[in-house]
Order: sequence, then structure tokens, then C-alpha cells
Amino acid sequence: MDELITILKEIHPDVDYETATNLVDGKILDSFDIITLVGEIADKFDVVISAEYMIPENFNSAQALWNLIQKLEDDE
Amino acid sequence: MLFTSYKFYGFVILLVALYYVLPKKAKWPLLLLGSYVFYYFAGWKFLFYILAVTVITYVSGLLISRNKARAEARIAEMKALDKAGKASSDDKKTAAGSSKTLDVGKEKRKHYKESQKKARRRIMGIGITLALLILAVVKYTNFTIYNINGILSAFHAPKRINFLTIALPMGISFYTFQAVGYVIDVYRDRHEAQKNFFKYALFVSFFPQLVQGPISRYGDLSKELFTPHAFSGRVVGRGLERVIWGYFKKLVIADRIFPAVNTMIDTPENYKGMFVFCVMMFYALELYADFTGGIDITIGIAEMLGIPVKENFERPFFSKNIAEYWRRWHITMGTWFTDYIFYPISVSGPMLKLGKWSRNHLPEHAGKRLPVYVASFVVWFTTGIWHGASWNFIVWGLGNFVVIMFSQELEPLYAKFHKKVNTDGSTAYKCFQVGRTILLMSALRLFDCYRDVPLTFKMFGTMFTTWNWNLLRGNALLGLGIGRADYIILALGTLLMFIVSMFGRSGSVRDKLEKKLPMPLRWGLFTILLLIILVFGAYGLGYDASQFIYNQF
Repeated sequence: MDELITILKEIHPDVDYETATNLVDGKILDSFDIITLVGEIADKFDVVISAEYMIPENFNSAQALWNLIQKLEDDE
Repeated sequence: MLFTSYKFYGFVILLVALYYVLPKKAKWPLLLLGSYVFYYFAGWKFLFYILAVTVITYVSGLLISRNKARAEARIAEMKALDKAGKASSDDKKTAAGSSKTLDVGKEKRKHYKESQKKARRRIMGIGITLALLILAVVKYTNFTIYNINGILSAFHAPKRINFLTIALPMGISFYTFQAVGYVIDVYRDRHEAQKNFFKYALFVSFFPQLVQGPISRYGDLSKELFTPHAFSGRVVGRGLERVIWGYFKKLVIADRIFPAVNTMIDTPENYKGMFVFCVMMFYALELYADFTGGIDITIGIAEMLGIPVKENFERPFFSKNIAEYWRRWHITMGTWFTDYIFYPISVSGPMLKLGKWSRNHLPEHAGKRLPVYVASFVVWFTTGIWHGASWNFIVWGLGNFVVIMFSQELEPLYAKFHKKVNTDGSTAYKCFQVGRTILLMSALRLFDCYRDVPLTFKMFGTMFTTWNWNLLRGNALLGLGIGRADYIILALGTLLMFIVSMFGRSGSVRDKLEKKLPMPLRWGLFTILLLIILVFGAYGLGYDASQFIYNQF
């Protein structure tokens, strides 16, 4: 989780990712940020987030994203 | 059947009346029948195209859904067998053996799951390709021939390919995208496939949105599309309010300014310099009133039937930059491109490889951004060509790409500027940002106006080389096919549109009116608006009602 927060902080350093729950709905993360994030996650966690998982619910909070990463790791 | 024709008014009144009179079971079939009758009036031959797209995508969705159900059943069966195998191993007290059985079973299931997913992807691929092939043939064949002829000409080849006579079926870009989105969403398991062919046919052909969108998602539209709605005066009234507002924008503003725009772009050699600036501004107003007006009519008619349709605009001209503008203009198209083109390209195997390479070999920022920019380039190229099969639209799309990329890259510079100059909450700075958005978007739209890339650049240049701004003080604008009275009506109409837009910033204007005004007063207001349309709208004898601009896309 800490590693994920570090990646997120690199994109928007001013956001409190521990509490934020509307990263996409609140227009904090845009589609460019999401793609940058997916690339970083693929690098650091060796997990590919395919287009079907790219829905706001999975990116609205660091926790939701972390859950997705773990789910995909388990699937693999 | 134009939205602005008497035939259409009669059609809608009859359909809404029948919808509420008929028994529950007959309501959605009536909408399907009505949608096909509406489409028939656009040209009976076009019915084959919409039917073909409907059949292809319906079958694809169904096959994907069936495959998924079969695969899930089989996996459950395999799991049960593995468990039984484990139990049998446990009985024999061989722990290592039971764990091995489970591992092998899991591997088998994973392999089977992946092979079935691949099969579904193949079905989706075939379905999408076939549907898009129809769009490509009718929309892009002549553009391809035009480019081949250009190449032949460059090599002085004596032969030329003749252009084909292919009429572009009304709304084909909209309903094809909507149907393709449906297949992808079934594949992505966002919703079940619709098993009833006729219900699915209604989703593809729902008549209010056939002309110019919005591009609905099955998951959204289907919630109410097939539900039989009982008559509610409030619901019908609210829908009608939105329809009247839409006609106001279309007939009083868009169609009134249309002759002036047309005059200036038809004979560009006579209208240089400040006239090009007028084209920019006038066309921005025309397009906004035309497109948002059309969408208001669409959403209003659907609302009269109790069917909510997604909003397509969120006051785009109040955007701070172009990227934001595109999140607020033609929203359903933007999200379609993001979900079905931008994301899949960005996370595709080759793109992830490119991303890995660029992060290792390029400077940090560029390394991270390269895949995003490549995917964006594809999206904007596609957006351009989706709007029209000609180079002016492609250049327009790529122009948007360049502006957005520039603003992204200049962000650190902006941040530095804002650190030094505090603009937080500054109204003047907000106005500057909005003005910049309007100017940039309007300048890019010149490619849409002149429909010729070199001519557009030339005309744009004349704004700085032909210094005829003094003509604005004279009567030059009165020679554009519209008179002084037209300008007054346009100015007042635009002012009203602006005021309504400002009120709409904190929520629906109709909700506010409903809360604050009693019904008779509210209806008095809309009756006045209707009278304004009747008196000041551009229609009637001697007036050539113009089709909605987005209809041609």
C-alpha cells in the first residue's frame, strides 16, 4: 500500500490519499493520470490493469485501487 | 423528417399520446415502431444499415453472453470435481496428493478460463469489425478513393478511380458507436446481453437520439427504455419545457445566424480579416445553439416519455482549458472514446512495452508521458475522422491534440507562474481563461467552416494581414444576409442563453423554477418563450430550414 501511495503522490503530491474517496468523481485524477498510474503499477507490482477494470469505482481511492491490485495478483 | 418540420411535431404529439393511451405491454413496441417509422422517413434504404448493425451486434452480444454462462458452469463443475478429488485423497490420508490435485485443478481452470475469454474476445472483435466495416464503407470509401487519386496524381499516373455514389445514412456514426459500446460492455461484463431482439433494436434505434446522439450506454438507457410509464402531467410538462428551450436555441439563435456564417464561408475571398474573426465567433454561437438545442429537444422528448437520457453538455464555454472543455462538450462522445479507445490502447501489450522502454530510456517526465501521448494521438485522429471523412476534420482533431498536449506540458510553467502571481479566486483571471478557451476552440472550428486545410490557414492568417477592423464601425455586418433586427434578436437571445447558463451552474434551472414559481406562472413563462419562437424563430415560407449540424457526422 505504501508503495502505491508513493506512486500516487508522484502524480498529485498535494492530495491526502489516506482519506480521499473521490479521486475520479472529484476530477482529481484524469484519464492521463490513470494511464500514467497503470504504467507505474505494471512496473512496480507486475500487474496489468486491463481496460475492463478502468472504471471510477476502482480508482476513486487508494484503498479501492489497492484492492484491485490484490485481486489481480490473486487471479494471476 | 427534420426535428424542425411540422411532420416531426405531428409525429411526436401522436407518439406521446399513443404511448400513454396504449396498454403497458404495447408501450416499448410502440417506441420501436415509431423509431423505425422516423428512420424510414430519412430514407427507406437506410433501414438496411441500421438493421444490419443491430443484427450483428445483437448476435455478438448474445454469443459472448452464452459463452460466459457456459464457461462459468463448466468452471463450477471443474471446481466440484476437484473438491471431490481432494476429498477422496484426504480419505486416503495423502496430504501431498490432495494439495497436488488442487494445484493441477486450479491450473486447468485458469487455462480453461483464459481460453474462453480469448474466445469471447474473438467474438467481440468480429462483431465490432463487421459493424465498423459498414460505417467505414459508407463513410470513408470516397475519402479513400480521393486519397488514392491524390497519390496517383502525384506520381503522374494516367488512371483515376471513380467516386462511388453512396449516401450517408442518417445518424450511422451515432448508432454504430452505441451498438459497438454495447458489445464491449457485454464482453466486459458490465451488463447482461439483451435476449429480446426487438428490445435491443429499440436501444439502437431510439428515435430522439438517432439524429445527433447522445451516444447512450445500454446500462443507462435500458433502465427505463422498456419500462411502461404511466402518464404524469409533471413529467410530460417538464419534458416539454426542455423541448421548447431547445427549439428556442435552434430556431431563434442557430438558424438566425446561419445565413451570416454561410455567406462568409461560401465566398471566402470576399470576407477576410475581421470577417474571419466574425466567422469564428458566429460559428461558435451557431454550433453551440444548434447542438445543445438539438440535445435539449432529444432529452426533452425522451423525458416526455419518462425515459432519462444522459446529459451531453455541461456549460463547455465556461471551461478553464481545452481539456476541460472536452470533458464538458459532447460528453457522451468523449467518454466513449476514453472508455473504448483511449484506455484499451493505453494498456495494450505494445503500449505497456513502449511505456517500460520510455521510462528506462527517456527523461523521467517524457518517459512517463509518451504512452499517454501516443494513445491520445490515436484518439484525436479518430475523433477527427469520426466527425467527417476529410482532411479538414483530421487536422481539426489533431489541432485539439496539439493544444491539449501543449497545455499539459506547460503545466509546470503555469504552476511556477501561479506561485509568483496569486490568481486564486480572481474573477479577471477566470474570465481570461474562459476567453482563451472560447478563442482557441473557435479558431480550431475554422477547419470545420472552410472544410479545406490550406484555405483555413490562409483565412486565419488574413486576420493579421488584412487590417479591415474599421469595417466593424460601418454597416459591413449588415451585408451578410441578416439585418439589424436579426442582430438585435441574436444579441437578446444569446444574453438569455447566457443568463440561463449562469443560473444552471448550481443545478437544474427547471428544478429552480419549479421550486420558486407556481405552475401557472411557470407555464406562462414557457408560453412566452414559445411565442418568442413563433415570432422570432427562423422558419416558415421562404425559409430553408437547416438540418442540425451534428446530423451530418
